[in-house]
Amino acid sequence: MRRSPPQKPVDYLPIAFPAIMLGVFFVIPFAIMVAISVFERVQGGFYEPAFTFANYARFLTPFFGKVLAFSLGLAALVSAVCLLIGVPFTYMLTRLRRGKQVVWLIALLGVLSLSEVIIGFAWSTLLSRTAGLSNLFVWVGLMERPEAWTPGFAAVLTGLVYQAFPYTVLVLYPAFSRLDPSLMEAARTLGCSPARAFANVVLPAMRKTLLATFIIVFIFALGAYLLPQILGRPQHWTLSVLVTDQAIYQSNMPFAAAMAVFLVVASLALVGLSMAITGRKGAAGV
Amino acid sequence: MSKLLTRMFFVCMALFLALPIVVIAGVALNDKKTLAFPPQGLSADWYLSVFTDAAWRSALVNSVLVAATAAAISVAIALPLAWFLWRRVAPWAQFVQVIGFSPFILPPVITALGALSFWATTGFYGQPWTIVISHGIFFVSLPLVTITLGFATIDREVIEAGMTMGADDKILMKTVIFPLIRPYVISGFAFAFVLSLNEYIVAYMTVGFTLETIPIKVFNALRYGYTPTMAAVSVFFVLVAVGVFGLVARFGDLPKLLGAWSEGDET
Repeated sequence: MRRSPPQKPVDYLPIAFPAIMLGVFFVIPFAIMVAISVFERVQGGFYEPAFTFANYARFLTPFFGKVLAFSLGLAALVSAVCLLIGVPFTYMLTRLRRGKQVVWLIALLGVLSLSEVIIGFAWSTLLSRTAGLSNLFVWVGLMERPEAWTPGFAAVLTGLVYQAFPYTVLVLYPAFSRLDPSLMEAARTLGCSPARAFANVVLPAMRKTLLATFIIVFIFALGAYLLPQILGRPQHWTLSVLVTDQAIYQSNMPFAAAMAVFLVVASLALVGLSMAITGRKGAAGV
Repeated sequence: MSKLLTRMFFVCMALFLALPIVVIAGVALNDKKTLAFPPQGLSADWYLSVFTDAAWRSALVNSVLVAATAAAISVAIALPLAWFLWRRVAPWAQFVQVIGFSPFILPPVITALGALSFWATTGFYGQPWTIVISHGIFFVSLPLVTITLGFATIDREVIEAGMTMGADDKILMKTVIFPLIRPYVISGFAFAFVLSLNEYIVAYMTVGFTLETIPIKVFNALRYGYTPTMAAVSVFFVLVAVGVFGLVARFGDLPKLLGAWSEGDET
């Protein structure tokens, strides 16, 4: 069958519904949000039409700077940790028998689809004093008495890595499963140890994929909106948390919208960068 | 030696992924209303309370209804779009596709805030059905990915043969194309369903104060008073996710859905 351009008006019908739905319920909401970002906030949690950059001007405050720096730093750290564990993991995963791979994929998808609320709750329980891991350490004799490890930075980081790790593996999975096995075989025939062949042959061959994955996971981590709130203290709040907080609890929609617009611009720039690196579209497989 | 290391690595990762779930599964077994682990006294009451307690049951029903309808909307948007992209030459249509993917690639808080702005402006803020539409849009990318993949597996010569025999698009769709892509449509629905069940921020910003879904209820319980029921329901959600993806793997090709090239692929 040859694909043909639509000729009659009726040929456009199938795409009309998707286009209208996405236009009305995604593009228009987005436009309204951008509009609100230049509106003025009035007393009582409402806003009225205006054209002001005052909401954007608030980006220049040290408070916002601190949150931004923390968000970016945290996302970078999460992404780095995820790659550090995820790369060897995915490589070994793709070398497993197919049946075992499927079991792992189901488990990874299961964790990935878990609500941030549930992940936050589970980790806050696991790191708590009453029900936490520290009890186990006390029981083994490593610690004297149970301790609370949450809220704190380490708890936020652990929770975010837990959430982003399955995502990392699933983004890496296509590339690693398509990796030519003869590459590794050649290196082994030439006398490389498996670890050395992995470091000197596989990793350099995957350089671009790894960089693109770093960016994709970075954006994913930037989007975490609950874990820093549940597992951290206010100084561990990220931009996403701040957007929610301003929109719901401080009733400052214009400022929340301005920050959201900023997040969009930053994310799009990063997506563009990752596409430029891999030279193809749709680096995010899921 | 290296085999042993590999195995240990896998065991460590399995522990890391499973530990939080094991702990909440245990916490929900407590006899009294406490979040102690190991549980003090054994009781299945908290697990049963997910279904017997009226408030939790209604949240569960809400979640399932929202997820099922939202996933249906996602598929209803993704299926004609993917078909059009496969059947027609129309470069501009890819623009619609990119918009379909965007909510999933951008940080979720953006879709959530956009939805809040939109429903507040149109005056429907808080209506129970708004979340269904917003979720439907939010998760379009999942069936879009799976169904596009499904179309890519169709051998165009088969369609050619059908056309030569005189079948038009409608008959082809019914007799050839849909049966071939059905597993991909179902997995797209399944992905959207499970993610919608678990979604918090869009739900919160559209119907947070009028309709309780399970994630909203768990979050409220987290803030205003723990109960082992929230642990029980979380375990239940893990099981649902694993069960659904297990079914997808059973009836479909999970590695292929996730982008691996399996034997017999052409390119």
